Amino acid sequence: MYRTAKGEEIFVIDGHTHFWDGSPANQKNIHGKQFIECFYAYHSNLSPPSEKWEKEKFEKYDAKTMFDDLFVTGYDDMAILQPTYLTDFYKNGFNTTERNSAMKKNHPDRFILNGAFDPRDGTKGIEDLHALAEKHKLKGVKLYTAEWRGESKGYKLTDKASYQYLEAAQKLGIKNIHVHKGPTIIPLNRDAFDVADIDDVATSFQDLNFIVEHCGLPRLDDFCWIATQETNVYAGLAVALPFIHSRPGYFAHVISELLFWVGPDKILYGSDYGIWTPKWLIDKFMAFEIPADVTKETGSVLSMETKIKILGLNAARIYGIDVEAQKKKIQAGGGYAHLPEAVHAPR
Amino acid sequence: MAMKRGVEGRERPRSRSSDDRQAQIWACLRDVMDPELDESVIDLNFVTRADVDAKDRVHIEFRLPTYWCAANFSFLMADDMRRSISALDWVKGVSVVLGEHMYADKINAGLALGRSFQETFGAEADGSLDDLRQTFLVKAFQRRQVALLSHLVALGQSAAEIVSLTLTELGCLPLDDAGEALIQRYLERRAVVGPASGGEPAFVDANGARLKADGLAAYLSNLRRVGINAEFNGALCRGLLAARFDLDTPFVPKSRTMPASPDT
Repeated sequence: MYRTAKGEEIFVIDGHTHFWDGSPANQKNIHGKQFIECFYAYHSNLSPPSEKWEKEKFEKYDAKTMFDDLFVTGYDDMAILQPTYLTDFYKNGFNTTERNSAMKKNHPDRFILNGAFDPRDGTKGIEDLHALAEKHKLKGVKLYTAEWRGESKGYKLTDKASYQYLEAAQKLGIKNIHVHKGPTIIPLNRDAFDVADIDDVATSFQDLNFIVEHCGLPRLDDFCWIATQETNVYAGLAVALPFIHSRPGYFAHVISELLFWVGPDKILYGSDYGIWTPKWLIDKFMAFEIPADVTKETGSVLSMETKIKILGLNAARIYGIDVEAQKKKIQAGGGYAHLPEAVHAPR
Repeated sequence: MAMKRGVEGRERPRSRSSDDRQAQIWACLRDVMDPELDESVIDLNFVTRADVDAKDRVHIEFRLPTYWCAANFSFLMADDMRRSISALDWVKGVSVVLGEHMYADKINAGLALGRSFQETFGAEADGSLDDLRQTFLVKAFQRRQVALLSHLVALGQSAAEIVSLTLTELGCLPLDDAGEALIQRYLERRAVVGPASGGEPAFVDANGARLKADGLAAYLSNLRRVGINAEFNGALCRGLLAARFDLDTPFVPKSRTMPASPDT
């Protein structure tokens, strides 16, 4: 919960969090080591110095640290747990639904647990998705299209098998498809980050929402073009948002383009925890205004109303969260006990 | 990184002094671009070694911002470096070696044997890198074009004046150094989208059609995000490279100072 100087309460849903184990003990090979190191480079490069973690803590943090960073020190009211399996790189997987479910189990009012599927898993994978959806009442899945699986280095949403999985997901009541593009996909001579396949499935599956993580970066330009045409394509702000500290000018341009092309109702805040932490991200975001020269180009303004949508209301809408009812539940569980005196600004 | 800065122009004299050869190599490398970022591999700090041995063979080593940088762009840069340096008449051989990358072994083996991307990756590829290269050359063209057009608009040129310019007339516009540089950069990519002789229109779209005055503002607004995307990616890549490597001493991954982890 973030409270403005006027006493306005802003309900925050963090659209992208992880409870991972990237520690050396869990690494299967050089790729596992390089994967967490790459995440750590993102963390080191874009965090304010005071928010930088030691590598060891970054590799594996405990449940209490995560809870505190999100909900006590941080302003999150709820957080969506997005799995990334990477079973070819990590012995027990990097950040599986199973591992994340421990967080959800201990704090059911705080977390939304998402699942995952991989269209290369055949009929068995569809059965597993069925079981996973029933067990955890999934409303969303996270897809990492560049995941390595034996000889395969990735897949496209337009693959025949992807269609079968999306049809299955739809039947199971999974409404939100978070897509994370990565650097590998077969054939390797094509652009791995191409977002055209999202355009295709968004048209074919009008009842599903496609949330494109890190707003299509490094193909923000193509993504904006797709999102402006498809009513069910959303932008996840992870990776773009931390630029608000180190490169506020770039962030201004990116958020300005997103507001222009994608619109204020289809942008979702996400910390990408543990790469970045909610407190500083939201402090900076609440204090941020798009400079006049950038607004002149697009007409985009980051108003308080828009900030409130991005920070929580948009995610609440697509995940069917009744914000007032949820606040009461969290309040009843003592979740706001640390807050009474707090006024977070902008002052 | 210590490098020979200020090597300008494409003249490559035949002098055989070793300093001069080094300068020629750096000049070649300066013209090699990261296709995705449309910036020189030298400016991006990717090249860590460029030596000539006693047998006139050139040895290049380079690194990238992450272990996961896409194989296709990585190969393109390596291949462009090899071709560019091979064109120097005194060069008897070129080795280009990529370090600390998921496909380093495969790419380095392919490069050493002079193989194409398709030959290097076999069943993992379904053709050449030509389409990919063209896609990003067009984006580079658009980014350079929107920068130049915005500059001209800011100077008070009307849409009608701008779209009426031929390439020759564009080259004769009396602009300051910043404007001249924008024109130069634009002209380097103008041929990507169509014929570029002096009488051709200066400003055309990605399909080679002359821009229209009445839609110019909307056209600019549409292209702006191409430049923003590229600049964001450039900033991210520079930051990741700096987080990964000590940029002051060549090619020492920061992870080398960490305890080793289990390997398969």
